[in-house]
Parts: sequence; structure tokens; C-alpha cells
Amino acid sequence: MRILRWLAGAIVIGALAGLNFFVFEGPLLVKLINVSLFSALVVLYRVIRGPSPADRVIALDILGVLIIGVLALLGLYYEQGFFMDIALIWALLSFVAALAFAKVLEGRRLDD
Amino acid sequence: MIRHMIGMAFIWIGMLFNFLGVLGLLRLPDVYTRLQAATKCVTFGSAGLLFGVFVLKGLTSFGFKVLLAIAFIFLTAPISAHAIARAAHRSRVPLCPESVADLYEADHELKEEGRHASS
Repeated sequence: MRILRWLAGAIVIGALAGLNFFVFEGPLLVKLINVSLFSALVVLYRVIRGPSPADRVIALDILGVLIIGVLALLGLYYEQGFFMDIALIWALLSFVAALAFAKVLEGRRLDD
Repeated sequence: MIRHMIGMAFIWIGMLFNFLGVLGLLRLPDVYTRLQAATKCVTFGSAGLLFGVFVLKGLTSFGFKVLLAIAFIFLTAPISAHAIARAAHRSRVPLCPESVADLYEADHELKEEGRHASS
């Protein structure tokens, strides 16, 4: 079982290296966006393999906050203003979704 | 030029906090410890990153939207974290075996005993 897990990790790292994931090219902001997206990948591991449903809800909430930072950097890179509109709406929806998931976990109804 | 340096310094600090918070989310053993590491670090890190973007962009419409996003994150992230922690504790998610005290559970039992004694 442990050998299978090591093998899966080696395959994933090999695929990332084959796709030039670790070679950062281009300007500095693209590197920063890459680091943020790598953090989001780590969060997605916790979403997929959380032991309890609370872990998944936490990870989704954290993913929303990370995506706000990524969108701000994207807006800085492309010199466009509408990325921050997307970020504000994303923050609002993530907050409401976290509260709704908390109520469902607690066992209450949504109109309580 | 110096504005660019200050903004990039804030962005780097925020990125470091984000990465350490995500590392805590990956490595810590428990729901509650994961929650406190991830929420505090990622909230502060994203706020620092957005403040760096505000310093870089100046007082434009983009900058004011960034300030609005900072205020929104600081208002909503602790509320959602508190709600999720209370829901996890009420849905009987166990603590990690190394933990030594569960004061919320003790308070809950005391309250239940008081209600039975008074009724």
C-alpha cells in the first residue's frame, strides 16, 4: 500500500516536471501567480481527502480567500479592472456557502 | 520606484503567509488546529497581498475595489471560521489524541447539569 502511494507521488511529480511546472519563465508576477496556484493545488488535496466533512468545508473556504489574491494579481498583470469585481463576488458567495454548509453540518434546517 | 519596491515587499510577505497557512492546512492533525492555522494565516496573507496591490495601483478605481476586498475579508473570514468550528464540534468530530482539554465540551456539560437541576 505504501509502495503504491510512493508510486502515485512519483507519477504526479514526474508529470508536473514533464509539463515544465517547476521551471518558472516570464515576468515576476507570473511566478507569484504560479506560487498561489500551487497553494490552491495543496488545498484541493485537503478537499478531496479530508477525513471529515468539516475539513472539506474549511478547505473550500480557504480556497475562496486564496482565489481572491490570485485574481488581484491577475488584474495587476493584465491591467484590467474587472478582475476585482469577480473577486468581490467570489468572496461574497464563498462566505454565504460556508455559513450554509456550517448550518447543514450542525444538523439544523436552512430556514432556522 | 520606491512605491514599486514597497508594494512588491507587501506582496511577497502575503505570499509567504499564504503558503505557510496552506502548509498548516496540509500537515496539522486535527480539524480545529487546521482551522486556526489556515484561517489566521490565509486571511492575513491575502490582506497583505491585496494591500501590496493597492500600493502598486494607487488611488484608482482598482485600488478602491482592492480596499473593499480587504475590508470584506477581515469582516467575513472569522465569522465563517467560527461557524464551521462550532458546527464541527456539535457534529462530534473527534479531537486529535494528543489534545489535553476540551473546555467547550466541559461548559456544555455544566450547562446541561444546571438545566436538569433547575427543572
